Amino acid sequence: MSDSPDVTVAPWTGPQRPYDIIKEGTIAFLVVAILTIGLAVVFSSPDDPQVTIQQWSNRAPVDFAQTALAELNGTSGTAQYGAPYNTASSGQHLGPFTLAKWLGATIPVNTVRDFVLSPLESQPPSPTLSAALAQWKGAGASQRTAWVDAYTKASTKMTFAHGTVSVPTTSAGPVPVMINSLEQMARSGALDQALVTRNGFYTSNFTLPLLFLADGSYLGDLAQQRHLLGTQWGMMNETGNYPGQAWLWLYTFWYQVPPFSSSTNADVLVWAIMMLLSLLLLLVPFIPGLRSIPRWTRVYRLIWRDHYRTQSA
Amino acid sequence: MSSTEIDRQWTTRLRHRVAHRLPPEKMLPDTQPAYVASWIYVFGVTTLSALAVVILSGFILALKGPQWWHASGIGHFVNSLHLWSVEIFFFAMVIHLWGKYFMAAWRGGRSLTWVTGVVTFLVSIATAFTGYVSQTNFDSQWISTQAKDGINSTGAGSFFNVLNFGQMLMWHIVLLPLAAVVLTAVHVLMVRAKGVVPPFEEREEAR
Repeated sequence: MSDSPDVTVAPWTGPQRPYDIIKEGTIAFLVVAILTIGLAVVFSSPDDPQVTIQQWSNRAPVDFAQTALAELNGTSGTAQYGAPYNTASSGQHLGPFTLAKWLGATIPVNTVRDFVLSPLESQPPSPTLSAALAQWKGAGASQRTAWVDAYTKASTKMTFAHGTVSVPTTSAGPVPVMINSLEQMARSGALDQALVTRNGFYTSNFTLPLLFLADGSYLGDLAQQRHLLGTQWGMMNETGNYPGQAWLWLYTFWYQVPPFSSSTNADVLVWAIMMLLSLLLLLVPFIPGLRSIPRWTRVYRLIWRDHYRTQSA
Repeated sequence: MSSTEIDRQWTTRLRHRVAHRLPPEKMLPDTQPAYVASWIYVFGVTTLSALAVVILSGFILALKGPQWWHASGIGHFVNSLHLWSVEIFFFAMVIHLWGKYFMAAWRGGRSLTWVTGVVTFLVSIATAFTGYVSQTNFDSQWISTQAKDGINSTGAGSFFNVLNFGQMLMWHIVLLPLAAVVLTAVHVLMVRAKGVVPPFEEREEAR
């Protein structure tokens, strides 16, 4: 065992002083409780209401329809995500290691099926929608792709008026009806329910609606207004003027500086750095040099100044 | 039954071991070394006190369920107590941690005390995070959809789905608080067993 002064210390044989641990604990608890009550009374806590797909599609109908189209043509963030949702990409990598890909699509999400077809099929049948879904199901993959491509190409001129999404194309097959029906479904609130009740009556899993929301611009726009984007130190903030998760400052810091601020691989790199730093913090007592800094800096002399003053007297 | 047989029992051995390592005068001391005289020592007990308020306010929130605080003035106030006690908890804990670092508080066979403290800090961060994504409001929607990318990139997203409210709530109110409280208890017992680390000796400073 090392006899370094950074590791060893002789047991204290000097004077003792009275110490009432129960009294100290009681007073500390009361002070903290009173301080907490004071802060809660004065500052309260933030509670910006949740965003619903109904709200999104009513306030930004074109953004919703464009996002629905992105789910259908496979260009949305979720459609191209990779693990754990699908196999569309290999995801982020730490050197040669694609950690997420190794574990695979353990939370499978097929954006065409889960965000478009299944919700539409859950609706009460209408002649128009039933015909469109039958046409879609009866077509081959290349025909579906041709319809979606035609709609996608014309979608730059997408408009929304009188409750209807319009795109200037006549060669998109059933796609206009499908997108319009999904828009109507979303505006009525039915899509919010359809996405969470897919697995039955009771549910507590909001993976699908959250992914759908995050694929659009509406949620991000609201977050930007609240200064919550990643480029705005968003991970540690919360709505309003509250401290948020200030203890995540170092984690959030890395996202603000190059190369992480512009890297498509930033998440896994930042996590790796934070894991390494956490490990270093954990193992400080065993790392020569790192464990010597307290002795070198002598900050301890401030902490124990009475002790050293007594000793030198 | 012979006394030898009794002495060999697991229960007897455990009792002797506990009594040896944590005699009553160490568990509930009425004196302490004279050098324990600095404001920095306040932050350990402040952290413990804030943890108690966090748990008490969390208990009240749990009584009424995760949506209660959105629709009730009292619920919102209890949520505020929960929030601010968490802020005090982390504020005190971080100062406590840095204070212990500059005291080199791992000296004298106290390495495991340091290790349990750091693990408690990391578990507390995870506990707070799962609370933020379980608020069922805009904050939880935004934080969870942002945080998923970091967690998914490590592969952990396969079994720790931050978009699954039910899973996050269970981690927040059962698994992680249990871990944090047990770790805190072990940490405090280690401090009581080993005592507060003494100052660097003058002889050592000269090295």
